[in-house]
Amino acid sequence: MDMRDLRLPNPIKPAFDKPTSDEHVIVNIGPSHPATHGTIQIVAELDGEKIIRTDVHCGYLHRGFEKECESHTWHNLIPYVDRLNYCSALINDFAYCAAVEELMDVEITPRAKYLRTLLAEYSRIADHMTCIAAGLMELGAMTAFLYLVSIRDWIYEHIAQVTGARVTYSYGRIGGLARDLPDGWIERLHWILGQYDDFVGRVHGLVDRNRIFIDRMRDVGVISTADAISYGYTGPMLRSTGAPRDLRKDTPYLAYSELDFEVPVGIKGDNYDRYFVRMREMDESVHMIRQLVDLLAACKGPLNVDDRRCTFPEKEHVYSEIESLINHFKLVMDGPRVPAGEVYVAHEGANGELGFYLVSTGEGTPYKVHVRAPSFVHMGGAHKMLNGYQLADLIPTFGSINMIGGECDR
Amino acid sequence: MGAPVFDRVKSDLGALAEDSAVSHGVLVIGVAPDGVLPLVRALKNRGFDMFLDVTAVDWLGQAARFEVVWHFYSTTDKVRVRVKTRVREEQPEVDSLLSLYGSAAFMERECHEMYGIRFRGNDDLRPLLLYEGFVGHPLRKDYAKEQEQPLVPYREGFQ
Repeated sequence: MDMRDLRLPNPIKPAFDKPTSDEHVIVNIGPSHPATHGTIQIVAELDGEKIIRTDVHCGYLHRGFEKECESHTWHNLIPYVDRLNYCSALINDFAYCAAVEELMDVEITPRAKYLRTLLAEYSRIADHMTCIAAGLMELGAMTAFLYLVSIRDWIYEHIAQVTGARVTYSYGRIGGLARDLPDGWIERLHWILGQYDDFVGRVHGLVDRNRIFIDRMRDVGVISTADAISYGYTGPMLRSTGAPRDLRKDTPYLAYSELDFEVPVGIKGDNYDRYFVRMREMDESVHMIRQLVDLLAACKGPLNVDDRRCTFPEKEHVYSEIESLINHFKLVMDGPRVPAGEVYVAHEGANGELGFYLVSTGEGTPYKVHVRAPSFVHMGGAHKMLNGYQLADLIPTFGSINMIGGECDR
Repeated sequence: MGAPVFDRVKSDLGALAEDSAVSHGVLVIGVAPDGVLPLVRALKNRGFDMFLDVTAVDWLGQAARFEVVWHFYSTTDKVRVRVKTRVREEQPEVDSLLSLYGSAAFMERECHEMYGIRFRGNDDLRPLLLYEGFVGHPLRKDYAKEQEQPLVPYREGFQ
């Protein structure tokens, strides 16, 4: 077949295809636009450089996540949930495991709780750094980008020492975690956090009061608190409007009720506020990690719960005892038996409320898995932050929303 | 967490929350399809200002096949409410919440394409994660997981 003969139908039907005035023009941006990170398609009506209205389309990374989940055991979904928000995959892992544990009425051990909290905050730093670094690079701030990405890469490799993988870890387990920290991990952590303080300080110095940066970010992409709540915004997006809503404070889970931290908020919900809220949240995460190191040091107990319904037996027992062999076999082949019921558990993901709605019929495989993905909900109100601003503002505004295709499109 | 709050919510809602129970920290309210909009309006007035999520569960083989499930969050009381209703396969219709929450627009589009639930009052139910012209509703239990309908045809020799 000659590929030139191929006529492909348009995958979308834009909400509008006629401009409201002869002076206006309709342009299509994306889904593979070199200046946006993430496959998103925006149909925009422009008056010169000014955006009059927009129609936002996502779904180019849709891979049937929820459908696929219905034919695998509860344990086998962990690698899948990793690929929702792949910038902070551990948070997805822990939120999913917490939802299953809630259904099974399993309470994780204190050590697993502290370690999960520590790694969740560590991932949050990596996620915010990715967002800020990419946003700065799109505005031409290459040095700040490289500073932040260096730290992020140290964090990635450091997490790889625990989990064995750089981005998608498959490290959470129902009832605990895959393995404990290796020797020397905490020392390296202190070194990286020291570098963090140094380099993030430099980024503050380069960017915060930079005339170009302020002109591009201040009063651009503004959303009010009322609009943000109406559109279901959570996380840094909502906090940038001045509303101190954070699930870690409001509905404490894991070890957050034991930690001292603040909830940074913005002033008016523009791009600059979203930058600054994320920067401050990283500082709070570092503060929490330092507290968690002390809590972990004082907590030497077991990592996984002693519950044969979900925890795999030790390998040496699998090879030497028939009970453990059967236990292992049943957990692998049939999956953990999760009591019938439904549950909605939400954790504060790096982008906002990451909720898992699970329905079980008592089998080893879920009947339904639904993810309340913050990125998806945020795209539903993105037009509010794009309309009325310049075409060039679309790039930093979209960058500050931090749409992650994996969780948005599922 | 939240048991006294839920008692207050229930007493404020009165007869609207007749069929309700607390399950895993969430107040679950069952309601008839026609009662969704009045109930959610009352919830919103009661402080449940954030519409988190809508999805459906396909109970294939049961008389009222689809269970539509909404989640709401109150930023003042910091608790969640789940609203559930059952609709029949022949008439999978519920009222849209677009008049109350902006977030309904996107989330109802997703629920519509995945389960074929129609939301009365939401005129923009174009596909969102799927593409224009997609046939069927992939998250229904009778849509085979292996079924493919590629928009771009496979190249020759690849199948």
